[in-house]
Amino acid sequence: MSRFTPKVVTANDLRIGDVIYLTADDRWSRHHHEAELIEDEAHAQLRLLHAAAQRNLVVGPYLADAKQGPNGPEPTHFREAFRTRGPSNYAHGKQVDFAHV
Amino acid sequence: MYDYSDFDEAFVRSRVAQFSDQVSRRLDGSLTEDEFRPLRLMNGLYLQLHAYMLRVAIPYGTLRPAQMRALAQIAQTYDKGYGHFTTRQNIQFNWPKLPDVPAILSDLADVQMHAIQTSGNCVRNVTADHFAGAAADEIEDPRPYAELLRQWSSDHPEFQFLPRKFKIAITGSPNDRAVTRAHDIGLRMLRNAAGEVGFEVMVGGGLGRTPMIAFVVREFLPVADLLPYVEAVLSVYNTLGRRDNKYKARIKITVHETGREEISRMIEERFTEMRPQFGGADQALLSDIRAAFAAPQFRVAPTDSFDAFYKADPVFRAWADTNLATHRNPDYAIVTISIKAHGQTPGDATSQQMRVMADLAERYGHSDLRISHEQNVILPHVHKSDLPQVHAALAQVGLATANVGLISDIIACPGMDYCALATARSIPVAQEIALRFQELKLEHDVGPLKIKISGCINACGHHHVGHIGILGLDRAGVENYQITLGGDGSQDASIGEKTGPGFAYDEIVPAIERIIRAYLEIRQSAEETFLQAYRRAGIAPFKAALYGADGAKDAA
Repeated sequence: MSRFTPKVVTANDLRIGDVIYLTADDRWSRHHHEAELIEDEAHAQLRLLHAAAQRNLVVGPYLADAKQGPNGPEPTHFREAFRTRGPSNYAHGKQVDFAHV
Repeated sequence: MYDYSDFDEAFVRSRVAQFSDQVSRRLDGSLTEDEFRPLRLMNGLYLQLHAYMLRVAIPYGTLRPAQMRALAQIAQTYDKGYGHFTTRQNIQFNWPKLPDVPAILSDLADVQMHAIQTSGNCVRNVTADHFAGAAADEIEDPRPYAELLRQWSSDHPEFQFLPRKFKIAITGSPNDRAVTRAHDIGLRMLRNAAGEVGFEVMVGGGLGRTPMIAFVVREFLPVADLLPYVEAVLSVYNTLGRRDNKYKARIKITVHETGREEISRMIEERFTEMRPQFGGADQALLSDIRAAFAAPQFRVAPTDSFDAFYKADPVFRAWADTNLATHRNPDYAIVTISIKAHGQTPGDATSQQMRVMADLAERYGHSDLRISHEQNVILPHVHKSDLPQVHAALAQVGLATANVGLISDIIACPGMDYCALATARSIPVAQEIALRFQELKLEHDVGPLKIKISGCINACGHHHVGHIGILGLDRAGVENYQITLGGDGSQDASIGEKTGPGFAYDEIVPAIERIIRAYLEIRQSAEETFLQAYRRAGIAPFKAALYGADGAKDAA
């Protein structure tokens, strides 16, 4: 059996549309590094169900591949890396909204 | 220009009220996302990578100054101070918040605009030649027909749930600036032997994952038959089109699977049934619409100041040489305002820039503005004596770039900087190509060249019909760019040919530079354009430039 690739649960905020991540203590964070890194497939499915149930807060939750980094989970694919920052043509989105954090 | 009737006004206002209620019900939890999603898409609201995106229709790319100012105000109030003009002559706002969308739609309705049918499997915004009503080569202004089609297709009960989206483009000129042959229906105006005006009707064009050039289903359609004929095409497609596989649902696949001869027969048969049902109301309406598109009162004044400026000012001269097109009135010019300053995002205009363009249109341009599918803004009617003032005012806000039709006048879709469907970024590739050729100072020497970039196979950036097309893909978790050469979106439309293996993000700009250097080497004279040289010499010299003489580049 192939080894399970660790995941985070991510979605978009219903009101703002901003990218959000599910934390281990059941909050939605704007920061990828605060997400819960899920290393077990069954647990991942449960967390996704938990996220999908919050339909008045979030849109389109899904599991995204991630890995452990020095400051918490990091994305492994470039699409997810872009989602942690915002567009590359302007300093808009997370890269400036949370630059002070 | 067309003004909303009471019917149009009531329809748009009722949709704003309806959608406002739907947004409230989504926010209070009465509607789930599955229930809400089709409702928001019907009103042009997408959810993209970082935020919502609202796509606002600009029918046949025509705007008046008050509308442009309203777009500027929306960008400033509800977004981040800019808007993005698209390859379908629409505008997109990249950062609206869901609770604000009803107010935005209400502001749009105040200036006779909306976002209806900018998404979904319906007839989308009808696009047209951006020089309509002004071009010297035009047979007739196509916009009254586009407006007729808009009214007919808006909320058409039979065509709200087609197998897939449906795009109609129309041109009144033999020189096709509206890419009609890459649309589900392309309409090209022409005259028959008797001198009567009609349409060449083309069906089944499209880009995307299966690019196809449309075939001519009717060589000459009298203008009075336009609506019943288009309705016959839609009706046949609505019956035959595949609903089992979204990748095979566009009419180009229906044409391919049914056969040209059989589908032509079915369309003609359906048309024969439909024709008597159109009792002339459409023609009465068309006649009213035509009156709304009457040509402006062209000013009679000397043009000496233009000639003097042209001689004296090299910056103005360079701009005039690239950004002006021939108007049907010899004292006038068509101004293309480049929304492609080197290093900027193709198609993005700030609120301030939008207001300046609105002011210039009002003061010097008979209050007419157009958005081109090439993501530029057009002032279609400017008296030549006013051009120096227009140029000076544009220069004040970074809108006087003299590059229309050149290598830095790039079409690029939003790509993975915004779009949830994208597989790679497009915008930074466009920015870097433009900056590189500005640095090389080669742009004017290279001459007419259309680069078109898409960030996924859906081809919103029209890469298949770019002289140089670039398609961004995800290859094993890395951005990779495939190049096509020899595409053409004009009346001689052709689909570009793939060069071979793709290039990594940091290799794509050098690869484009090698293609351009190969062209400069093989062209027979400075007058032979890139496309002409490609058609003469074929792909071989460009492949050699890209991959080496033996074609030895590892497959990416």
